[in-house]
Amino acid sequence: MAEYWYIAEGFEEKVQSFLTNNGESEVDMMFTVPEKDFNTAGKGSSEVKNLLKRLGVESGVLRRIAVASYEAEINVAAHSQGGVMHSAVFDDLIHVRFEDEGPGIGDIEQAMVPGFSTADDLVRELGFGAGLGLPNIKKNSDAMHIVSEKGSSTLVEFIIFFA
Amino acid sequence: MTKLSEYIAKIDGKNHTPAIDPETIEISGAYVSDMLSDVMGSAKPGQAWITIMRHLNVIAVASMTGIPVIIFSKGNIPDAAVCDKALEEGICLISSNHDTFTLTGILYNTLGL
Repeated sequence: MAEYWYIAEGFEEKVQSFLTNNGESEVDMMFTVPEKDFNTAGKGSSEVKNLLKRLGVESGVLRRIAVASYEAEINVAAHSQGGVMHSAVFDDLIHVRFEDEGPGIGDIEQAMVPGFSTADDLVRELGFGAGLGLPNIKKNSDAMHIVSEKGSSTLVEFIIFFA
Repeated sequence: MTKLSEYIAKIDGKNHTPAIDPETIEISGAYVSDMLSDVMGSAKPGQAWITIMRHLNVIAVASMTGIPVIIFSKGNIPDAAVCDKALEEGICLISSNHDTFTLTGILYNTLGL
């Protein structure tokens, strides 16, 4: 299994404390993301965004969560055989996890390089496939974690603090 | 800043979301791209988005990015499902026969940049 970790500067302790405390989330939401269904992909992100808006999350933070989450949902639809999005809202942060059914990422470091893409023609015709999905998730997250292996499933998760 | 209504008059634009009044939208600039992740990565909230892309995901991208208005160039007209979704998200959809370069130039001048 290959693994990739990114933690934004200054967030090391907060992320570590979240990962070790294992606290109870306030709201949990689960969405399925079918393969190559670009109308369903995005529904989860949209609902999460609406919920957080109602909870009063600041608009700049809300936008980062929406973009990271939508990119990840599109990734699952575009590159996997389908998967699930699971979002857990805590007092001070959101933790969103995407788990798919494969076929896995061969080289995660390469997938993180802006402009690198393995998207097919259908995905490119829609205007996705610029090779900016994972870099956009990283850019908008306080922490990002990928676990994958070729021929296996992929986990992409990110954490964004509300303040 | 310029009123969207003023810009629409200059580009001979058509509003496909008439329930949204362009008098109420102020634009400070635009992002010009047909790659959706590029828009999500670099467009700023409050900017107009000028593009030829007119499928449903464009509305989601605008919504996630905080874009209040999409200008479709070269006579690209969004279909009814796209217009409905845009209305739901409060995003104004405008089409014009001008190409992207011309639309961008007119906005640049209108903003006095």
